[in-house]
Amino acid sequence: MIPPRSASGAPPQGGAPSGPAEPGPRLPLGARFWTGVLVAVIVVAVVVPLMNLAVPEGHVLHLSDFYVSLFGKILCYAICALAMDLIWGYTGILSLGHGLFFALGGYAMGMYLMRQIGTDGQYKSHMPDFMVFLDWKEFPWAWALSDSFIAQMALVVLVPGLLAFVFGYFAFRSRIKGVYFSIITQALTFAAMLLFFRNETGFGGNNGFTDFKRILGAPITQNMKVLLFVLSGLTLVGFFLMSRAIVGSKAGRVLQAIRDAETRVMFSGYDPIAYKLAIWTLSAVMCGVAGALYVPQVGIINPSEMSPAAGIEIAIWAAVGGRGTLIGPIIGAFFVNGAKSWFTVAFPEFWLFFLGALFIAVTLFLPQGLLGLYRKLRKRASADQA
Amino acid sequence: MTPELMAAGAQARAAYEQRSATAGKGGGFGRPLSAGEVVFTQGVALYLQDVTVSFDGFKALNKLSLTIDVGELRCIIGPNGAGKTTMMDCITGKARPDSGKVFFGSNIDLLRLNEPDIAQVGVGRKFQKPTVYEQLSVFENLELNLRNDRSVRAGLFSRLSGEQLDKLGDLLTLIHLKAEAQRTAGLLSHGQKQWLEIGMLLAQEPKLLLLDEPVAGMTDEETERTAELFLTLEGQHSLVVVEHDMKFVDQLTEGRKKVTVLHEGSVLAEGLLSDVQNNQKVVEVYLGR
Repeated sequence: MIPPRSASGAPPQGGAPSGPAEPGPRLPLGARFWTGVLVAVIVVAVVVPLMNLAVPEGHVLHLSDFYVSLFGKILCYAICALAMDLIWGYTGILSLGHGLFFALGGYAMGMYLMRQIGTDGQYKSHMPDFMVFLDWKEFPWAWALSDSFIAQMALVVLVPGLLAFVFGYFAFRSRIKGVYFSIITQALTFAAMLLFFRNETGFGGNNGFTDFKRILGAPITQNMKVLLFVLSGLTLVGFFLMSRAIVGSKAGRVLQAIRDAETRVMFSGYDPIAYKLAIWTLSAVMCGVAGALYVPQVGIINPSEMSPAAGIEIAIWAAVGGRGTLIGPIIGAFFVNGAKSWFTVAFPEFWLFFLGALFIAVTLFLPQGLLGLYRKLRKRASADQA
Repeated sequence: MTPELMAAGAQARAAYEQRSATAGKGGGFGRPLSAGEVVFTQGVALYLQDVTVSFDGFKALNKLSLTIDVGELRCIIGPNGAGKTTMMDCITGKARPDSGKVFFGSNIDLLRLNEPDIAQVGVGRKFQKPTVYEQLSVFENLELNLRNDRSVRAGLFSRLSGEQLDKLGDLLTLIHLKAEAQRTAGLLSHGQKQWLEIGMLLAQEPKLLLLDEPVAGMTDEETERTAELFLTLEGQHSLVVVEHDMKFVDQLTEGRKKVTVLHEGSVLAEGLLSDVQNNQKVVEVYLGR
């Protein structure tokens, strides 16, 4: 065996004296960061609920139910944008199928909510209305566990996770990369959408699930919706902190190395498949959880959530906010969806044109997204001051 | 088996393991090998026999046979399209030969392993075009290549030890990038990227280094330094250097080492650089017929 090369093997030449290397500035996890996290937690867990529930209607500080549900919806979207950033921004794999994972999580939650309706449906049957309408006598196999909250919550994680794992394993092992991978994920979500559109599949066809009444026996009132809102916000903060830890670890740097030079990673002894599969599956699970939080807040889930356009929109949020930064995609989700809710009221026919223009503008002029723009402006401002 | 006997056996085995660990010897007769450990006792670091690779009928390698000794520094030259890069692809698992054998040491069949496994048993490869992680800092580039557990779990929870920091410091000094440690690797000059990639290879502690045109794009001074570095590695590592720069090759061989000339996928000539340069066949190949 050859002994390891010693420092004395260095060629005789000048240069800085040898010494331990400084690990260098890691991601700044200073007081400012934690203050930001704390403020976010207080806003979603205290300020918004108080403004909605405690402040009387008509008061300047009152936040209407509409805005709470809009804000809650965007929080779920932001989780998706964050998940997209882990796989696209950090690992360089563009998925156009994340809408599928989101919808699968939503459907798993929706099945439980359908069972919670009990006999309060139109047909007063213990089975969901669409099954009675189709004259089904018993539940399809996929509904076997739908009565149990715990089982369905496990499925929220397991169904998107398993699908992503199996799909990812074969795709990554076959070294499918770049635009080919994106197209296949899009085909996957499209195929799933067609499948869910069919009545025989047993998930309500094109109407999906709606008319939810209870969760865990408690009626879905405004209080419940605020609670779901708080849960969504806390989940987003939790996922953000988790992503931060992953990105700051050596594994996070391996992911970025895969993005920059995958062959180098392989010839350095890392197995890129394992890393890609891990982050891909995690990303899918995050979307599934987001979908499960989304469905009871908006009160409906149908196959349109799986449409290729939905998957593309997630990618747009991440790109607009700034890929490769964790906070960027969250900002992007808020910005794009905020703009969407304003545009679709003010100029309903122009929204899609605006979205397209936005994406082109970001691609051409802001490759780092809004966060990159902000950083550039701040840098310029500090340079001007100096 | 009584418990006493079991305990005695475990003790004897522990004592043996400690002995063999301190003996500093690799596997061999009477010494069990750990998994993936390479055997160099026969003095051969790399052994290629009748390796043939064809792409759509074109034979990139045609019954190529080559032996690299342990600790040897071997330069490989040859005109464009001679099969130098394809040979490296075969050794590192990127290309699969149609026939032939590729062995690392005397026990590891490289054709049965994939790229990451080959890197882990101790074969490091530098690409023709310097390939570094552009968005990461110089320090992080080296850190990722340190010899350690490559699993995802280890990646999530491992921290650098003081010993590893020392090693990184030594490496940064060695490749003259200590002052640039915190710079983004993408901002380095071409020559600096070449050095960084060499540093990344060394961090892996490979036993065999394959270097594909390591001084392309370097200044004369940088080229000279690179030659010095490689000469210090000789003996402790086995090196295979593919290069077009004859001055560099001359410096590396020091007038006494063998040079291999590849042509049309097989060995055309082998010998001292001066002999090879005067070889009629080699002259013909390089100057055209």
